[in-house]
Amino acid sequence: MTTTEITRSIDARGMACPGPLMTLIGAIREGSVGDVIEVLSSDEGSKSDIPAWVAKARHELVDVVTEDGYSTFVIRKVR
Amino acid sequence: MPARVVVLGGGVGGTLAANLIDKELGRDAQVTVVNPTGMHDYQPGYLYVALGEAKGHWLSREERSLLRPGVDLAIETAVRIHPDAGTVQLERGGSLAWDYLVIATGARLVPDDVPGLVEGSFEFYSLDGAERLAQELRRFHGGRLKVGVAGIPYKCPPAPVEFTFMVEEYLRKRGIRDRTEIELLSPLNRAFSIESASTLIQPYMEERGIGLTTFFNVETVDPGAGVVRSLEGEEAEYDLLVLVPPHRGAQVVTDSGLGDPGGWLPTDRHTLGVDGYERILALGDATDLPISKSGSTAHFEAPVIASRIASLVRGTAPRNGYGGRVMCFLETGDGKATSLRFDYDHPPQPPKPNRAWHMAKWLFNRLYWETVPHGRLPENAPFSKPTANVSTKE
Repeated sequence: MTTTEITRSIDARGMACPGPLMTLIGAIREGSVGDVIEVLSSDEGSKSDIPAWVAKARHELVDVVTEDGYSTFVIRKVR
Repeated sequence: MPARVVVLGGGVGGTLAANLIDKELGRDAQVTVVNPTGMHDYQPGYLYVALGEAKGHWLSREERSLLRPGVDLAIETAVRIHPDAGTVQLERGGSLAWDYLVIATGARLVPDDVPGLVEGSFEFYSLDGAERLAQELRRFHGGRLKVGVAGIPYKCPPAPVEFTFMVEEYLRKRGIRDRTEIELLSPLNRAFSIESASTLIQPYMEERGIGLTTFFNVETVDPGAGVVRSLEGEEAEYDLLVLVPPHRGAQVVTDSGLGDPGGWLPTDRHTLGVDGYERILALGDATDLPISKSGSTAHFEAPVIASRIASLVRGTAPRNGYGGRVMCFLETGDGKATSLRFDYDHPPQPPKPNRAWHMAKWLFNRLYWETVPHGRLPENAPFSKPTANVSTKE
């Protein structure tokens, strides 16, 4: 894990609907440029969904750490 | 002296929680519901109003008629919560003292947050909005119809997908389907957030000729040009635009300094306690939990709230916590629907759309007033499966 300071942490483990990516998009909308958002997800789909959206929306995927049963995604809002 | 329990909000969560607390604690508690209008609205019905299938009067009842006789109702707007003093300040002056506070203030629509949205789009998330959309649809003679989402989180995540299916059927019946292009502008890389549900419904969308644009989170609307633009930097042209408006938590939550930037209450996913406050609990749309903002969520949370308030009042160990139960329907048009039932530990496995689930939703809509607010829905009803609330270790 990097030492980046996390602005907001979202624990979306076990939350199928609206789901980790949707919650991340909401947090990016509410946040300010430079914010670093951490999302914990146990949803397998997040491993492809979250990086794909971050790339499409042109933010920065700072880190992805996979642990037992879940992954942690760290995203910086860059615009 | 009975414990003073104040419940802010008279929707599904607040009403059911108030009734269950009164039932559980009897003379040990005096429960007061604070509701600004004195009316209880059945919001899932707005979708049907927009499509001309329901009238507004069916969707509203007096809150008093839904509360147990022992529950007081204050038709007032709460303007400030003072956690340290244990009071709620009311708009018309005066305040209410509480020993335990339940916040069920729901979500509010903030259409002005998105430039051009009010002038350039229609919605079915309010009764007025649904009635305006119904009028517009009657005038509509074909063109590009786009359906999208202008803010996250929003209530009832399946609603935009349901609307596209139902409006497709509506336009077909009106004989103008061949003149209309229907497209769902999805915030995600599929039609719906739950992958299994998306896999199930996307072939039906293709079969009905409903287009899908992915990763399109509405940022601005340009009514003059008939263009909607996304957070991801793309745009789509429209003749009729139907958008889910942005939502925020209640003003009183924000004004009291209790909410996050969106006005949602930081809430424990199991205990439903508001972080940092032992005697304040929250449920329904008001929380920050990354879970569906829906009546169903509030419905399954309310018994947990009642049980926890009872244990706090009696000084006993809490019996159970919220296990993430949600159950909702997803209409796929032509008299069919599927269902989504899940909790924190069990992802949904939606069945193939069929008539039975459509009928179940129809029945649920009609039985709502006599069942849900009163806690009369049996635990083993299909709406209540598949799993029980979890025990919490504290």
